[in-house]
Amino acid sequence: MTADGEIIHFDNVGLRYSTEREVLSDLTFTLFPGRFYFLTGASGAGKTSLLRLLYLAQRPSRGAIRMFGTDAITLPRARLPALRRRIGVVFQDFRLVEHLSAFDNVALPLRVAGHQERDLAGPVRDILEWVGLADRIDARPATLSGGEQQRVAIARAVIARPAMLVADEPTGNVDPDMAMKLMRLFEMLNRQGTTVVVATHDLDLLRKVPESLIMRLDRGRLSDPTGALRYPPRKLT
Amino acid sequence: MKRLVDFGRWLRGGLLRRGRAVDIIPQARMSGPMPWVIAIMVAMTAIALAAGLALGNAVSSARAEIEGGVTVQIIEPRADIRAAQAARAVKAMKSMPGIAGLRLVPQEELDALIEPWLGTGIAAATGAAIPVPALIDVRLKGPATPAQLAAISKRVMPAAPSARIDAQSNWLRPVFDAMVSLQWLAIALVALLAMALAAAVLLAARSALGANRDTIEIVHLLGGTDAQVARVFQRSIGYDAAGGGTVGLALALVVILSLARRFSGLGAGLVDNGALIWSDWLLLAVVPILATLLAMLTARLTVLHALRRML
Repeated sequence: MTADGEIIHFDNVGLRYSTEREVLSDLTFTLFPGRFYFLTGASGAGKTSLLRLLYLAQRPSRGAIRMFGTDAITLPRARLPALRRRIGVVFQDFRLVEHLSAFDNVALPLRVAGHQERDLAGPVRDILEWVGLADRIDARPATLSGGEQQRVAIARAVIARPAMLVADEPTGNVDPDMAMKLMRLFEMLNRQGTTVVVATHDLDLLRKVPESLIMRLDRGRLSDPTGALRYPPRKLT
Repeated sequence: MKRLVDFGRWLRGGLLRRGRAVDIIPQARMSGPMPWVIAIMVAMTAIALAAGLALGNAVSSARAEIEGGVTVQIIEPRADIRAAQAARAVKAMKSMPGIAGLRLVPQEELDALIEPWLGTGIAAATGAAIPVPALIDVRLKGPATPAQLAAISKRVMPAAPSARIDAQSNWLRPVFDAMVSLQWLAIALVALLAMALAAAVLLAARSALGANRDTIEIVHLLGGTDAQVARVFQRSIGYDAAGGGTVGLALALVVILSLARRFSGLGAGLVDNGALIWSDWLLLAVVPILATLLAMLTARLTVLHALRRML
């Protein structure tokens, strides 16, 4: 983290896939630690592409990105895993490992981080219990409903207590009660210092987290790139 | 196809330190015919290696036996002159330095040499014996060098003008050369098989990488390192190669021992004549280990190389 406390800084970032037009253009903004951000925008606005840049699945076509005080553009591949371990991701399509049980999917971030097996069972069971899947601990993703898969994906994203949590439409497949419960979990993590970035087009969800800050994407551009987004973005009113 | 061993635990431990294991990549995608391919490769390598070693041993053994051998022939049709020259040649050589021993081959032995073709009693039947050259078998203390042959010639020729002096190794040089060529062929075969094994592993690893690309990407995004992913493939192929290699070696041993038995029946066996010594058998036993290491190294390098193209 830099001296002024930023956790992420994008400077004039653009992204294009192959030779098509840019899907993200001129993104300049800063995310600060311990804040709760919503990323909104219509379908196709570039939310998922921006999240992919945030969780280091993609390098931008141009511009500069600093993450946790490190230049993420010039960072050698060998140092990417350490940076990625500080980021929890809830993918829009869950991306659970099909042949692993719910337990093993959730334990995966801890295992790649080198945690001892004896230290895994407790936290993994606790988080699965918390998302209401204690009785599906050995179930494979194929046998879980969409909502259950989403909860496993969320449990996997938060199990390692990441410094930043990035979630792409995390409540898209769960009922309102579970959506509320998940948002409470995100808020709880946020209160413990985790920066949360949630992409959603559910405006009701935005109102459920009063302390949240809004980033709005429109056709690949932040809708207010010269104002609030350079600084802590404006609060939802 | 029944599996060689319990491959159910192949990919375990890719990310593990100890305790409970998890397969981050489905094992079935790396298995398939790979153990059998490796078994065949190892079997062929071991057989080629055994052939090379046997040829090498045969050449070394024969060379050691005849290296210091020199044959002096007295090529003279008249028996009395032939006998006189042979006796003088023996006498001339006896006092020479560098000669370990010499022996005038008795006429009975010479007759026995041609007996299979001409039978016995030729002299009685035709009134004249066949003028077989007199032979003197000379053993030198060292190898028969051109200088040694020249020295013998210088000493013998005045006493026996009909003498012809040959190093025994000269006669068998074409045979030795052919055997050495075969030995190189065996070495080349071993090298080619090693390359083929590496190529097969490379293709299998690439195929498995492609089939598991999504899972690998997830592991990467969760903070997994290239080395952790490579370790999974490396271990998987290691189990394949170890199982397949063991079976391949067993097959090769059956073939080698069977051939050895047949050759020993000819009086020139691989085993009975000591063609394969204990160190050779040890080398053969190392083949599956080397194949396993080669396969693991190839898998690791292939995976690491491919992963470098992923973010």
